[in-house]
Order: sequence, then structure tokens, then C-alpha cells
Amino acid sequence: MLKIDNLHASVGDKEILKGLSLEVGEGQVHAIMGPNGSGKSTLSNVLVGHPGYTVTEGTVTFKGKNLLEMPAENRSHEGLFMSFQYPVEIPGVSMMNFMRTAINEKRKYLGLEPIAPADFLKLVKEKREIVKLDNKFMNRSVNQGFSGGEKKRNEIFQMAMLEPSLSILDETDSGLDIDALRIVAEGVNTLKNPQSSVIVITHYQRLLDYIKPDIVHVLYNGRIIKTAGPELALELEERGYDWVIEEFEGKK
Amino acid sequence: MNQYIELYKEQKDIIGKNSASELNECRDAALETLLQKGLPGEKDENYLHSNVSDWLSPNYGLNIQRLNLPLDTDEPFRCSVPNLSTQLYFLNGDSFKAAPQTNPALLPAGVVVMGMNAFAVAYPEILRKYYNRLSYSDSVSCLNTLLVQDGFVIYVPKNVSVEKPVQLIELMQATLSMMACRRILLVLEQGAALKLLLCDHSLSLQEYLSLQVIEAFVADNASLELYDLEETHTSNRRISNLYASVGADSRFVCNFITLHNGSTRNCANVSVNGPGAEIVLNGIAIADKRQHVDNYTFIDHNSCNSKSRELFKYVLDGNSTGAFKGRVLVRPGAQRTDSQQTNRNLAITPTARMFAEPQLEIYADDVKCSHGATVGQLDNAALFYMRQRGISEQEAKMLLQEAFVGEVIDFIPLVPLRDRLNRLVSLRFRGQLAQCKGCSICR
Repeated sequence: MLKIDNLHASVGDKEILKGLSLEVGEGQVHAIMGPNGSGKSTLSNVLVGHPGYTVTEGTVTFKGKNLLEMPAENRSHEGLFMSFQYPVEIPGVSMMNFMRTAINEKRKYLGLEPIAPADFLKLVKEKREIVKLDNKFMNRSVNQGFSGGEKKRNEIFQMAMLEPSLSILDETDSGLDIDALRIVAEGVNTLKNPQSSVIVITHYQRLLDYIKPDIVHVLYNGRIIKTAGPELALELEERGYDWVIEEFEGKK
Repeated sequence: MNQYIELYKEQKDIIGKNSASELNECRDAALETLLQKGLPGEKDENYLHSNVSDWLSPNYGLNIQRLNLPLDTDEPFRCSVPNLSTQLYFLNGDSFKAAPQTNPALLPAGVVVMGMNAFAVAYPEILRKYYNRLSYSDSVSCLNTLLVQDGFVIYVPKNVSVEKPVQLIELMQATLSMMACRRILLVLEQGAALKLLLCDHSLSLQEYLSLQVIEAFVADNASLELYDLEETHTSNRRISNLYASVGADSRFVCNFITLHNGSTRNCANVSVNGPGAEIVLNGIAIADKRQHVDNYTFIDHNSCNSKSRELFKYVLDGNSTGAFKGRVLVRPGAQRTDSQQTNRNLAITPTARMFAEPQLEIYADDVKCSHGATVGQLDNAALFYMRQRGISEQEAKMLLQEAFVGEVIDFIPLVPLRDRLNRLVSLRFRGQLAQCKGCSICR
């Protein structure tokens, strides 16, 4: 599904990712954990093609294609989705208009006709129910007047609408209460299928109680320094990151 | 300026013969003011960003002889608004014509919609009472008064409400460069109500200049809604001076919408002459290429308890320029005036320029007045968010720009007009407006 090899990336003059390699297979759930400033958000932003980040070295292949040479919108059409840590408010653009445009742009890319209005409404209703998002939000401007929890549910709603093959959840648990966290996680689990993969970026074990990872990575100083099974997340929760870092520094 | 004065002196008899005496009576005074003040120069503060003297300098043709310019009123104009039934009229250059389907019998009793010369024959005392009572001091308006030969009048008697909007389509269509002095007079007696939609179009590829003067009298408790939509080509110049005198507890709403143009200066002078009046002046300007849009507003709060709201939004792309000057004067004694002015502008390219100038003069102490002006770029975070969802950068920019001006359109109470404007704005941002019939010349 996704193969990252020796990825280097910077913001301005500052190098943040320093030779990161990672492989995500079909149907897998990967968790990426790590202390603040380790490069977690940079990784997700680089993958989705944020113009503020520059890739200086390395390759990323997504479903056999060179991801790095695609504009952000084509990465989305190819099946890459990111749930934003801070979803952006777009005053004056209604959720309906936004979602219809997104769906139709994807269909255009895939050589399909625009979606019929009735089918679109049906799809919206079906997907809203997954994250229990009330219909009143559909006529509002994108994320405007949404609470923190509603914004995150809206991210998962959009994920459901676009049916990505790889979803990156960038600190989706931040700012969520337990109930909202459960709804969001249940939504992700409902959408999960053997062909789709998920990368969960998080500080805490909490979300991983609901979205069970197959593999857990520790990101530190722009590199993956440890990879193990789900038990690693529990250990990190208990012991912090220092021991992993020491272990890594010791090996060098 | 001299060419116009010479023209007037040479053609005075013909101009006079073709126009109502009420129009002719005002010409000498207009000439005197024009000679005394001259046209606004580069240093004139109110015309700082629109050099109208320069705009007026080419030798435009004027239809002094009242040649019957061809006009195909069966042409399905884009300004027809689906689901909005209107009484339709035309000003071709400065000549009045009713659309064939327009039936004056459908107007409420006592309401008069006519060409100005016809009105002068039928209601000379009304015309004399109101004509040129507000527009006599500005030299550009005086140039109109000097040369005008016909125009458009609506009279709404006391307590009569014209439910169906009246639509006036203003056309420029000629085989050589032309100037038209347009004149519109709107008289609303006490408690009267009117909605007027003005659509300004240029149909053939010539250099045009329209010099328009609108005088609106909104008596106590009356309500006037004016929608002034311009969709002309890049060789069109438009100078429009609106004067409104509003009475106690009256309501005056005016929207200036510049969808496509060459160079435009719109001016609105609103004089609040009775307590409790409500004034709304809104505007949208969408410009690219080398287009120029200048809106100047002046609200003179001359009475207490009145409320004014202004919202002007510009989207400037390419090498376009925009200007907004909003003057609000609160005179001594105009207590409890509540005035709010907002001007927000998007500069899409680094070469687009915007001049924003709020000007509040307050001489009363119990008032609530605020203003805000901003110039900014599109929100990059929003752009990226949309792209991540698969919306192309181009499309995302369109959506953000439409949303930006959509705030002004949302204030329009006429739903069919709102829908139509949203559609036109969307076409405009997609560059498709210039490709439609009528304005294909702007491509």
C-alpha cells in the first residue's frame, strides 16, 4: 500500500525528517507515537502534499505510484486521506457544497459522471449515521460553529464519504472527550475493511484502546527508532519514551 | 470638458427641441456650475482613484439627433431572472422603451413608469418639483444635466406598494464610440414601496461612456430597494451618481454589483432628513485584467435615531484596481445614530491594488459608529484543507471567492435574485460570464 524509503523533509531551512522508512501493508493499522517535536505532524503533512514542506531526499510509493510527484488533490483521488488535527473553518462554503464538489472532483479524476443529486443525498445520510452527525451541520459552513468533538466527527464523516484506501489520523484524539472519542473510533472501525489501511498518529494509548493497531512505531528526531506489536503502546504509556531513546542511542 | 461645452452651444436648439422644458430649464445653471468648478482633477479627494476627466476626454458620439438606435427587445437577455417576474423596461443609450410584454395596467393604481419626456407631458408639476433638486452641485452631474435629453421615471403615490419588482435594462449598443447621459428619477411618496433592478450592459464592442444620474426621493415611511448590476465590457466606462433623500422611518437599500466592467465609478449620496430612517448600502466588485471599480458613498445623518449599514466586498485579480471611500457624517443633533461600515477586500494577485478609505465625521455625542476595512489574500489553510479532500486548487479558489462575496448576496431578500446572482458570480469567477452571449467581446 505505502512504502516510505529514507525520507528527508524540511520546513524552511530546518530538516525535520531525517531518513524515515516505513511500510504499511493492505488492511493494516499502524500507530505512530513519539514525543513532541519528533516529526509526526511533518510526516503526515508531507504524505498529503502540504506545500509548506519540502522533500529533500527519499521516495514514497503509494499503491505502486510515486506519491511525491502528485499534487495534493490527486493524492486524495488516489485514496489518501488525512484527518486534520485542527480542522479548518471555511466560512461561506456549505458542507453540502464542499462535499459534493469533493466527490465530483474525485469522480472526474476516475473518469466517472458527476453523482446524481438523489444518490448524493442518500450517501450523505448513510455516512452521517456512522458518526452520528446531525443533518443540521450539512447546511452550515464547513466546520464553522462546530464544537471540537463535532469537528473530529466531521473529519471521519468526510473520510466515510471519500472511502480512502489509506487514512492518516493526525492526533484525532486531541481535544476529545471519552464519548466523542468512542464515536470517532467506532466510525473508523466501521469503515475499516481488508483493503484499507490506517495510520494513527497519537501521543496517547487512549485512542489505541478503541482502534487496535497491528504495529506500533516510535518516531524520534525524524526517524523510526523502534517498531513492535501493540504491546509497545502500553509499555510507552507506562514508561514514557526515554528508555526507547536510550536504547536507540546505545545501539549507535 | 471644452468639447462638451462647445457641443452644447452648437446644438443647444436641437437638444432643447428634443427634450422636455423641465430638463431645458436646468441647463444654464448646470453650465455655469460646470464652468465655475470644472471637472474633478487628479487632486480632487473624492475622485482620487478615478480620473474621470481623463475618462471624459475622448470624443464620444452623442445621440443628439435622437436617431432611433436599433434595439431587439425580444433578445433573451441574461439579466432575465428566472422565477422573478418583473415589469421590464429599457434605456437604450438614453432612450426609453418599454418591453413589448410589459403591461402598465398591471401596475398598482396611480403608479407611473415612463420615459422622462413622456412623463413631462403627463405630470409636468411632479417633474418640476423633483428634477435636479439633489444633483445640482457636482460638476460631473452638471455635465449630465447639460446634455441629457431623456430618461426614466417611476412615481409611486402615497401608501402604494409595488410588489412586483421593476427592472430597467440599460444598454449601450452602437457602431461607433458613444456616450450616453442617463437620467433616472424615482419618487416615492409617504408609505410607498418599490423594488428596482437596474442592469447595465454593453452589447457591442465600442468604447462607451455612460454618465448616469439617479435621483431618489424616499418620503416618510417609504421603502426603496435598488439593485444596480453592471455587466459591461472592458472598453466601457461608467460614472454613476446616485442621490437619495430619505425621510422619517423610511428604508433605503442599495446594492452596487460590479460583475464585469471596464472602468467604473459609483457614487451614492444619501441624505437622511427624518428620524428613524434605515439605510443599507452594500456592494460587490469582482475585477481582473485591468478593470477598475471605485465605489464612493456618503451618508449624511442629518436627523436622529437613524441607522446605516454598509458592506462592500471586492475580489481583485490580475492587474485590477479597486477603491472604496465611505464617508459618514453625523451632524450635530443627529443623536442615537447607529452606523456601521465594513469594507473587506481580497487581493488575489500581488499586482492587484486596493484603496480603502473609511471617513467618519461625528459631531453628535450619543452615537454608535464603527468601521472596518481589510485587505487580504485567500486563506491558505482553507485552500489546503480543500485540496486534501480532492478539490483542485483552481476549484478551491473559486469556492472561497464565491463564499467571500456570498455574504453580501445573502442579505438580498429577493430569493430568485439571490439565486441568480450566485449563479452569475460563479460564472464570473470561472471566466464563463465573458463567454456568454452578449458579452462575448470581453474574452
